[in-house]
Amino acid sequence: MLSNTGNFLLSLNVLLSTLIIYYSYNDLKTAENLISKKVFKISILQSTSILICFFTLVSAFLVSDFSLITVYQNSHTLKPIFYKISGTWGNHEGSLLLWVIILTLFSFLFLIYNKKHPKNYRLYTLIIQNFLILGFLFFILFNSNPFSFVSPPPNEGLGLNPILQDPALAIHPPLLYVGFVGSSIYFSAAIASMITNYSDKSFASSIKSWVLISWSFQTLGILVGSIWAYYELGWGGFWFWDPVENASLLPWFAMTALLHSLLVLERRNVLYFWSIILCLLTFVLSVTGTFLVRSGILNSVHTFANDPTRGIYILVFLSLMILASVYILFSKYKPASTEINSNSKETFVLVNNWFMMFYLITVLLGTLYPIFTDAISNNKISVGPPFYNSVIIPVVVIFLFFMAIGPNAKWVKNKFIDLKIYSLIILAAVLLNFIIFFFLKSYSILSNLIVISSLFLILSSILDLLKKESFNFPRVISHLSFGFLILFIGLNHNFSIEKDFNLKIGETKKIDNFKFHLKDLKLVQDTNFKAVIGQLKVNDLLTKEERVLKPEIRIYDNPRTLTYEASIQTNFLRDYYLTMSNIDRSDYYNIKFQKKPLMIWIWISVAMLSLGGFLSLLRHAKYN
Amino acid sequence: MQNIIKLITVSLLVFILGIFYLSLNRSSNYDTKFLVGNKIADIELKSLQNEKFFTNDDFKNNKYTLINFWASWCAPCRVEHPYLMMLSKHQHLKILGINFKDKKINALKFLEELGDPYHYLAKDSFGKQSVNFGIYGIPESILIDNKFKILKKIIGPLNEKDLEEIKEIIKS
Repeated sequence: MLSNTGNFLLSLNVLLSTLIIYYSYNDLKTAENLISKKVFKISILQSTSILICFFTLVSAFLVSDFSLITVYQNSHTLKPIFYKISGTWGNHEGSLLLWVIILTLFSFLFLIYNKKHPKNYRLYTLIIQNFLILGFLFFILFNSNPFSFVSPPPNEGLGLNPILQDPALAIHPPLLYVGFVGSSIYFSAAIASMITNYSDKSFASSIKSWVLISWSFQTLGILVGSIWAYYELGWGGFWFWDPVENASLLPWFAMTALLHSLLVLERRNVLYFWSIILCLLTFVLSVTGTFLVRSGILNSVHTFANDPTRGIYILVFLSLMILASVYILFSKYKPASTEINSNSKETFVLVNNWFMMFYLITVLLGTLYPIFTDAISNNKISVGPPFYNSVIIPVVVIFLFFMAIGPNAKWVKNKFIDLKIYSLIILAAVLLNFIIFFFLKSYSILSNLIVISSLFLILSSILDLLKKESFNFPRVISHLSFGFLILFIGLNHNFSIEKDFNLKIGETKKIDNFKFHLKDLKLVQDTNFKAVIGQLKVNDLLTKEERVLKPEIRIYDNPRTLTYEASIQTNFLRDYYLTMSNIDRSDYYNIKFQKKPLMIWIWISVAMLSLGGFLSLLRHAKYN
Repeated sequence: MQNIIKLITVSLLVFILGIFYLSLNRSSNYDTKFLVGNKIADIELKSLQNEKFFTNDDFKNNKYTLINFWASWCAPCRVEHPYLMMLSKHQHLKILGINFKDKKINALKFLEELGDPYHYLAKDSFGKQSVNFGIYGIPESILIDNKFKILKKIIGPLNEKDLEEIKEIIKS
């Protein structure tokens, strides 16, 4: 029943998308200034039916309808309701449906919120977006249908991987999807703009909100993914330069560059084609990331069951998308006629873009290189954190200085930068840096530079906040929080402490400034696992702080798996991170303890960075 | 000039898409099944305890040798350790332990706590030599005969089933 409903709604959506393309195309030829009511009505119907289609799948998960293969493979009657719902998008088929919802909703919202822009530009955007929607609908219907059924229906589902049953992972995909699927709308708008020659500053204004929405959500999505990795996979780390993590970071770099280049286009009517390239690049990178992950070329926790036909489909789709957009770009490209003064805000924005492109190319190279060597020479290599850290970190130092100075530069022609103020700020930053390192000891030259440059950005941004003249509050918040983010990552990286030792019940061990005492072990029976929970007292002899941490060893029955659950205690100054593992034929337990300073501030900084995007969205809505 | 840029861009894009196509037909799941039946790479490993080097000569008189890659920091290695202890008692089998990216002090402490199943103990402090044996993570074990032919390769911790299979092979 639910299978039929779902399939009917999917087919209905194919019809509605085709109708939108047909009527929009006809509407292009009319002399009317307004888009016909028919297009609006079908768009409303399209958004409503795709939402109903999604809720049909959600209800199949809620009532555990195992006649649907997707539900059978990814759910279980005993799963809590929350995870039944999140299971809807915790698999390949369901997540593709979420893709289509976002494509459709963005298409509809773009149509109704851009009424003051030219009719043909909006219609072409709608047509291209609906081609994208059709592409994904066909993919769902013919290859990855969440409503495929199995007969007779099994009595019980296979369940969801235990590590995926987590609140952070339930919200991580929707956030990230709004980010990178949302970029589809400015991909469509960019092509529409080239076709209709709508290339002035109003084009920038028409897509800015959408770039801000996708950028802010993408930032939040990456944040939530990192937090999950930190406590579930991370052994204390939060970013591993894993190819799949990189796949989410690549569109983020392109979006960040685009956000900044739009400022110039909006203000000075230059960098039009560069902004177009960034619009196209963002969505192309999003689809490329999806292709690499879904086809199984990159393996990680994100990989769903492999099926080569999936890869072929997305690859054909991606190739068509890239080649068509590049063709239009080349046929419409005109070299810019306006010169940009080398000492102006425009140049600073361009510098931002160069940095973003540098990061993007570095990460793209590191991600694709192993795929290339494997395909060409059958040589399996992996590019790990040392490559990224050594290429990216030194460049971040210079980037932060530009990021502090750039926003205060003037458009068209900048006055000579106020050297006195910046000298004072850098002096203060150096002084603060030495105070930090004096109290916390060990340091490297690069760490010093990172701390100094991030403090320079923080202090400059705070000065901006104190200025009486009008300033761009959301921009200051974003730049300030980025400064804090780099500062906290730098300090966290430098001053984390790690101890590894064995303890048995009742035993106390003193290591450096810490005393550890394994008080007790408790055996707890849960629904699908048994847990051995340690009671470990940690004393910091310097601060006299005493905490009890409760790491777990979980024994799952089906299949028999051991998992080690970290115990984390967070406060505003540090995290205690502790894992415990058993040693066979011994009374001893292996303990890994980490003290990670300022951990929570890393999360807060990224949340604030994203908040800057949302505030900027409000500001843009207010003035436009 | 513009045409050259266009040509380069399109060629680059086609190249990338072509590589993606080629990659689709490859399994990225690491699989070393094809190694079984082949001859193992030449052994040249430094001992963990002293300055001695192990080479093929040290193993050619063993009827069977099990090469086990392990580390003290590796939790699954603890899980498989009892099976290695059981195998170490078998007269036709000698075990070469290769301590992978580990500290000597931790490695020896590990063996002191859990028992030492290894007849030979070598080290691969930087994990470079292990790559030559087709190792990509630990624990992994390779069973070879006196001709250095790979009879069995086990990725991940040894379990009851592996134990029985190894016993079956070395019975003869």
